[in-house]
Amino acid sequence: MEANGSPKARSEEEVLDAIEERRRRPRRKILDQQITLSHGAGGKSSHDLVEALFLRELRNPLLEPLSDSAVIGNGEEPLAFTTDSFVVRPLFFPGGDIGELAVNGTVNDLAMAGARPMALSAGFIVEEGLPVADLERIVASMARAAEAAGVQVATGDTKVVERGKADGLYINTSGVGAIEHDLELGPGSIRAGDRVIVSGTIGDHGMAIMIARGELALEVELESDTAPLNQLVSSLLAATEGVRCLRDPTRGGLATVLAEMALSAQLGITIDEAALPIRPEVNGACEILGIDPLYVANEGKLVAIVAPEAEEEALAALRSHPLGADAVTVADVRPDPPGLVLLETAFGGSRVVDMLAGDPLPRIC
Amino acid sequence: MSSATQGNGMKYVDEYRSGDLAKSLAEKIVELVEPGRHYKFMEVCGGHTHSIYKHGVEDLLPDQIELVHGPGCPVCVIPMGRQDDAISIAERPEVIFTTFGDMMRVPASNGSLLDAKARGADVRMVYSPLDALKIARENPDREVAFFAIGFETTTPSTALTLKRAQAEGIKNFSLFCNHVTIIPAIKAILDSPDLRLDGFIGPGHVSTVIGLRPYRFIAGDYGKPVVVSGFEPLDVLQGIYMILRQLRDSRAEIENQYSRVVREEGNPLALQAIAETMELRTTFEWRGLGFISQSALKLRPKFADWDAEVRYEIPGVRVADPKACQCGEVLKGVIKPWECKVFGTACTPDHPIGTCMVSSEGACAAYFNYGRHAGRRRREEAPA
Repeated sequence: MEANGSPKARSEEEVLDAIEERRRRPRRKILDQQITLSHGAGGKSSHDLVEALFLRELRNPLLEPLSDSAVIGNGEEPLAFTTDSFVVRPLFFPGGDIGELAVNGTVNDLAMAGARPMALSAGFIVEEGLPVADLERIVASMARAAEAAGVQVATGDTKVVERGKADGLYINTSGVGAIEHDLELGPGSIRAGDRVIVSGTIGDHGMAIMIARGELALEVELESDTAPLNQLVSSLLAATEGVRCLRDPTRGGLATVLAEMALSAQLGITIDEAALPIRPEVNGACEILGIDPLYVANEGKLVAIVAPEAEEEALAALRSHPLGADAVTVADVRPDPPGLVLLETAFGGSRVVDMLAGDPLPRIC
Repeated sequence: MSSATQGNGMKYVDEYRSGDLAKSLAEKIVELVEPGRHYKFMEVCGGHTHSIYKHGVEDLLPDQIELVHGPGCPVCVIPMGRQDDAISIAERPEVIFTTFGDMMRVPASNGSLLDAKARGADVRMVYSPLDALKIARENPDREVAFFAIGFETTTPSTALTLKRAQAEGIKNFSLFCNHVTIIPAIKAILDSPDLRLDGFIGPGHVSTVIGLRPYRFIAGDYGKPVVVSGFEPLDVLQGIYMILRQLRDSRAEIENQYSRVVREEGNPLALQAIAETMELRTTFEWRGLGFISQSALKLRPKFADWDAEVRYEIPGVRVADPKACQCGEVLKGVIKPWECKVFGTACTPDHPIGTCMVSSEGACAAYFNYGRHAGRRRREEAPA
């Protein structure tokens, strides 16, 4: 728009350029007066909150990359360090419970840095009145998950709050892991031509939780996919040196993770809709509810961006592990359009895949 | 209608998204397009708009066909004043306010329902009015209000919920009724001098309720073809094909592409449930379109006990839309979403100014979230 005269009509190209320019610009302030559920949904509002408040106030070189784990110590044995909080409702759901989720979630954040999990902490915020039997079940489930992942819960903390001040139980876990490879895993390593692989079906966890809440009058047999991914990552990294970037598509789903990576790498990612692995029951429930499975959370899946020459080795390595049996290439990286994810529809058209704009979705992790 | 174009043989969702069928239909569309002629078709429903952008239907159409987005987006047409009224009910301490998810993010004079919730109002998202009634049953010491919105598609479920509340004698339940009717809106668009349309992709789910007869005036009085169409991308493509066929044959008729769901006479039981519980308002304000007479419904006096407008004192003030917002022009199809002055800058899906940017069926949100790159790519790929 002209600075002096009357507003000049913008062409469609100018409008699109302005949107992209604005999308690339880091957020400097939060436009909202108060925190709403949108800020916790993992989409654009969550990003604004992190960039415009947490990063602004706490900025340092460790935090700056905003990756799943921070890498500390640049000597010979760097460590990955991460934290995650779990507020899922219900506490028990088909395929798992909050305890298992809390262990796997943090193990997976470490695994995405290619780190071997060494030790976890566990913080419990318990609501007065929670049955001890429930807590016993949850902690026993944490113990099993920790054993399966080969990690120990080394320290912990408990707080009890008055009835009504927490929804039964919240758990925070932090974790430390050893990085035993020399790869630069991150969006900065992604190149045009790379392939995007997912390790299995998408949307299972989020949809299982929504159905488990019993508010939808939908009867679908569906289990959360919660699982520790560290051994799957070990197999992958042992099979090929062509891995560029690993992410676990939890809250916000595959779409959000790809949108973040495209934006950060300033490359285009083009998804082939027909290649997306989605269970028919997840697809069906999503259709009924008007939800796009690309945005539904996963708790036992990873996205690997690999060099084109590493694609076959990577797929073979993932498929040789039970948690990666359905691994498949779903997208490729292109120079254009920079910072944007496109989807080629099975119908023969194309569309943009952006980050979720603050839908007030239920608490799923 | 020949059986080849009727679409009755397909049963599953994926078959309505088949790329192969789309390609052959697209070729038949190209054959029907007259060289040098520009066609403007309005898809009336937001559901169509959403599907067109989500599946990239425009990528399969020749440049001469322009799709104009219509007013059939339930969230989009609710004016700011009604949203303020809803928030005033939601903020009463005794009330549990239930609403469809999209309405939570619609900006009102002082923030959205989501903001009201953050300030302490008990606002809950539901998927159906029956869920709201269930909350009322489970919370006998609270007052549960439901924000009823939508065209004839959702009105019957509100009507049935009301009848059930009456039958069960559930007294702590009320409806804030904002149901609107599609025909007056289409008529307003046809009478608008700003727009010349060549045909309509007619409402699918609304027509399951009202049937085909109410559209006859569009063909009879205005000479425009209407093809009532389903919401899968292949339905939309076939609807366009059928409109083109009418134009080629110089016909203006009401045709039914969505015959697997829509019956000529509609759904008499649903219509009866509406007639029993609701009556026409003399006038109702639509966002951007202003007041349209006999375009909305209110509860009949015998259901006053369940009428939130009777039960609660609501401001009921007409509030002007934000100056910069051009939702009205977008809803009438007069401008494209990107032609709005604030599109993509001050108004985005994460910080919407107007309703068209909030609802997944809104033209602005559909264009921003899905469609914003396709046009550019088509232009780049077009032969110089």
